[in-house]
Amino acid sequence: MKSFDLIQPATIDEALAAWQPGASWLGGGTNLVDLMKAGALQPDTVIDVNRLPGLREIETLSDGATRIGALVSNAELASDMEFARSFPAIAEAVLSGASGQLRNAATVAGNLMQRTRCAYFQDPNAACNRREPGSGCDARAGENANLAVLGWSDACIATSPSDLCVSLAALDAVVEIRGREGQREIAIADFHLLPGDTPERETALQPGELIVAVRLPAEARQFAANARYLKVRERTSFAFAVASCAAALQMEGGRISKARLALGAVAARPWRVAEAETLLAGHLPDTDLFARAADAALAGASPSGANAWKIELARRTVIRALTLAAAGTPARMPALPASPFGELAGELAHV
Amino acid sequence: MSDILARPVRFGSNSGQPVTRRDGIAKVTGAAVFAADNAPEKLLYAVYVPATIARGRVVHLDTDAAKAHPGVTLVMTPQNRPALQGDPSEKPTMFSFRVEVLQDDTVRYAGQPIALVVGKTLEAATEGARLLKPRYTADPARTALDDNESFGFEPEGFGLPAGAEHGDVEAGHAAADKSVDVIYETASQYHNPMETHAVVAAWEGDRLTLDMPSQALAMSCAGYAFFFGIPAENVTLRSPYLGGGFGSKAIPTGPQVLAILAARETARPVKLMLTRQQMFGPVGHRGATRQRLRLGIGAKGALTVIDHEGVAETSTFDDFVEPAANASQGLYAAQALRSTHRAVRLDVGTPGPMRAPGEASGSAALECAMDELAEAAGIDPLEFRLLNYAETEPGTGKPYSSKALRDCYLQGAKRFGWAGRPLQSGQMRDENGLLTGWGMGTALFPCPMFAAEATATLRADGTALVETSAADMGQGAWTALAQIAADSLGVPLDRLEFRAGDSRLPDGGVAGGSGHTATAGNALHAAGSDVIAQLGQIAAEDKDSPLHGAGNARFVARDGRIHVEGDETRSEALADIFARAGKAEVTGNGSAARPPEAAEKHAMHSHGAVFAEVKVDPELCQMRVTRLVGAFAAGRIINPRLAESQLMGGMIWGISFALHEEAKFDRRSGRVMNADFAGYHVPVNADVAGLEVITVHEDDPYVNALGIKGVGEIGITGTVGAIANAIWHATGRRIRRFPIRIEDLLNA
Amino acid sequence: MPLSINLTINGGARNVALDDPRVTLLDLLRERLALPGTKKGCDRGQCGACTVLVNGRRVNSCLTLAATLDGAEITTIEGLSNGELHPVQSAFIENDAFQCGYCTPGQIMSAVGLIMEGSAGDDPERIREGMSGNLCRCAAYHGITLAVQEATRRMAENRREDAA
Repeated sequence: MKSFDLIQPATIDEALAAWQPGASWLGGGTNLVDLMKAGALQPDTVIDVNRLPGLREIETLSDGATRIGALVSNAELASDMEFARSFPAIAEAVLSGASGQLRNAATVAGNLMQRTRCAYFQDPNAACNRREPGSGCDARAGENANLAVLGWSDACIATSPSDLCVSLAALDAVVEIRGREGQREIAIADFHLLPGDTPERETALQPGELIVAVRLPAEARQFAANARYLKVRERTSFAFAVASCAAALQMEGGRISKARLALGAVAARPWRVAEAETLLAGHLPDTDLFARAADAALAGASPSGANAWKIELARRTVIRALTLAAAGTPARMPALPASPFGELAGELAHV
Repeated sequence: MSDILARPVRFGSNSGQPVTRRDGIAKVTGAAVFAADNAPEKLLYAVYVPATIARGRVVHLDTDAAKAHPGVTLVMTPQNRPALQGDPSEKPTMFSFRVEVLQDDTVRYAGQPIALVVGKTLEAATEGARLLKPRYTADPARTALDDNESFGFEPEGFGLPAGAEHGDVEAGHAAADKSVDVIYETASQYHNPMETHAVVAAWEGDRLTLDMPSQALAMSCAGYAFFFGIPAENVTLRSPYLGGGFGSKAIPTGPQVLAILAARETARPVKLMLTRQQMFGPVGHRGATRQRLRLGIGAKGALTVIDHEGVAETSTFDDFVEPAANASQGLYAAQALRSTHRAVRLDVGTPGPMRAPGEASGSAALECAMDELAEAAGIDPLEFRLLNYAETEPGTGKPYSSKALRDCYLQGAKRFGWAGRPLQSGQMRDENGLLTGWGMGTALFPCPMFAAEATATLRADGTALVETSAADMGQGAWTALAQIAADSLGVPLDRLEFRAGDSRLPDGGVAGGSGHTATAGNALHAAGSDVIAQLGQIAAEDKDSPLHGAGNARFVARDGRIHVEGDETRSEALADIFARAGKAEVTGNGSAARPPEAAEKHAMHSHGAVFAEVKVDPELCQMRVTRLVGAFAAGRIINPRLAESQLMGGMIWGISFALHEEAKFDRRSGRVMNADFAGYHVPVNADVAGLEVITVHEDDPYVNALGIKGVGEIGITGTVGAIANAIWHATGRRIRRFPIRIEDLLNA
Repeated sequence: MPLSINLTINGGARNVALDDPRVTLLDLLRERLALPGTKKGCDRGQCGACTVLVNGRRVNSCLTLAATLDGAEITTIEGLSNGELHPVQSAFIENDAFQCGYCTPGQIMSAVGLIMEGSAGDDPERIREGMSGNLCRCAAYHGITLAVQEATRRMAENRREDAA
């Protein structure tokens, strides 16, 4: 690991003042330290944000929104009973990711900033436009069976590995940001960028900006009775998604009144398609309807390599996630969260 | 000459008991010291640079940058690498491979060591190694079986396996009423014990001390002594615990040689521990295979032929060809049998023996092909195997030393609930709508013995000391061998001190080939018996002893007494014999190796039957093994608790082989792109749901005096096929490439 | 850049002078504080062998920079039992929940963390999921699940007895 200076500011203002080009924010370290060991990231300065005050609360705001501090750990978020009841798909997504140990360390903001698992990004000896602009993309003709089928470009075919972000995207989360210029907000849909010609620009954050919170609007709670996350994996647990989907519905008299849908592991950002949601609204849930929504969600998908199979898998994942959401949020978190093998028999929570 | 029937050795009070591990407390409290846990004074850290191309030359290393990094004390490259006394392309022992130790600037595979950096801290050495930033001239990498021509070879030594041919194979094909002709492929797999290869090396003059995990202490000492031009007895190797080995820790490796060299050069102790990424290169792997199986049956379902051709990878500079086709010898009663092997040279590290080498890959293909043939014949897969049950070893006609395979089939099937399984695929769904399939496979593994020595000392106070340089890599040598030794001396386990895991002790042989308990166990038993014979002789010559005059008898010890074998009324307390003889202790020696005539006369194998239930999501195609039942007959089981654990571990390796393990090479660079535990999947806890092991009773009077076979590897065999067959049964799809992936089912 | 951090390790206060911010908690314990019970299996957060408790929560010590831990309370395998084995430790022995023993310190610390989290209870499927961050290449998973189940029950009983 390259040598670096460690700075441990006590306030957000100190942290922002300490930032300079070549610096990285350190939260839980589960992704940054890993990539520093791999040599894929080589910051000159590491700014430890763990001592910053006021970033560890989950609170309900006066307008009914829920605000999650940037340093809330993945585990704290998923195990907060009130939060998990209100946002079961988010809790399920979080619990389907990584391991108990990693979730204890990883923060919510860190999860938003998580880098791709593309092997060529992680390997400093490979060409990767995302890691080293202009160097090329070894993944295009390499081991790419699990890379993007949507939103990719000739410059980059990486996917976002986050589960949490998929569920946040479905529920219209807002990212609160502090910079030297002050505070601003970015809708989650605009937060992660597609690669285009500049895959090195992964998020809408400006250099030196810091995530301070993620907010869920009051309306996001309305989906609590019919919200699921489904994650297809190559092993039963502790694996990144091959395809995933967050599905959240509002039901009125047996009909879907509102639908939210986001896919994971198919693009460089959580993939949300308004048309797919619109065509669900007002209808009785059934498999044909879900299949049409899935087709809409996958519109424009194309293989970036040996991964055409993922398009069909993602389509089926959407259909299943919608089917599960329509059936209702389980009373208790499945033993294997988000797994096709995670179903528990028994009563539903909110029927 | 009649059979030399080994006298059945009486079960003592210790053998056969499911006692917990003697090293249990050390292991659960963190007190067990593994190699890299050692930190002698003045320790330096070594980190090597792995090649990032697979074929070519290193043309530049930025040694100035590395040396300038604070804390770096030595940068070793082919330019300044101190001389070794032994030629690295020579093989010091029969199980050795050529090692890559900076002998030149040639790169033969990705991951090959191309430089070594030593530093005062691990952090400094690690960064120093990164700063070398090698530049290369690269030639195209060849990492897939299609990337080079295959070739046949004359069998030789350890790495170039013989095939076999029995009966008229062409006639067998011609006589077939139904046949299958299928090609199965298996992926490159890397051992990946949880403890990576490590060494702490310290020199004192021309004496070398190594803290290093080793499955074969004496052989490792001989190997390192060869490279450094010192007598083997000058090498002390301490390996009280191995954090897993699975075949990868039996022989000297290049990185470990380099660390020892760095210790000599710096005159300081040096620690080197491979990173997980570095485990995908210079320390062996299971080579990929492509196997063609042509099987035929007559009208009544009897096999007319098993014709098994294996092609496997080896490196460009040494030979280890996965002997996959040999799995088809010795199992089913075919009229004609042929197994052949070919090899392909690739730009990879030399493959090596990995848990059930040959049998794992070969059995996977064979058991699937058998299932395909059973399907074609419309016969239940278990019934099909019983129909082709070999009463004597196919081809040779040799009797089996023991074979309780029929009991394995029946007990396993009963426990699993095999009866009533639909013959057709796609017939079963569970209550959640998941496709459900049942499959089975036969497990087979030979039971070799190696050579080992041991000493035993019994003291007048009733305590005992036994010594052999056995290696415990998790199989339970500390415990099972102590149980055998305690029985041979007639003492309770808690009165026995067992010293092992140190090369200064009598040679305990190799912990490999599933033969360690049989080999070291028989040596310990012989040593204990020697002690008892000496004491019996003392008593027989003593007119005050109840054993007086029994000099021609055999003596056995039990519960602190010596008995005349066959005459239970005559016995005397050990303490009394000691007291009258005025001795404080008696020491005996023992050795073990299989008598060649015993091996000549009998076919010796462990057997088993594995039954699998797999559930497959009908749309998403994610798979989960929900139930595995394995019934194994492996001779005498010294410790059922530990044996069952080993068999379960092997069966989970079967899950891993069937559904997970695969090194994915970038075809251009030749690098393994998933060289870590995030990308190279092995099963996690959630992948293991229902798992049951039955150990079927089996007495074997021929394998060795104790009747021990072995349980370390057989669990993988049978299991891989059982899982693949269950996937077919669930889905109707035959996937002939391992590991079976979601996309294989989705695309099929 | 000399850094000084105060840690409580296995109940004892330690002042640690660090000369390098790159040092992870794992390497600090193993190479500098003579506590090698915590094991390195992958050094990348992918195997769980390095699991310790930091402020009562299980984490991968290989991904934790030591310098960021000033004031933290660390429990390693060496500090789990005081004389008498912890219920998880004895359940591991009784259920043969390990073979080579290399992943075992991490498995046990992870199990202790999981039991404290309280989300798995004695449900085997939840235990399997909760323990899936700890690889065991010997594949002693069957015994691990049984051991965690048994230890969970025993610890609950002990708490009830203490309360009575």
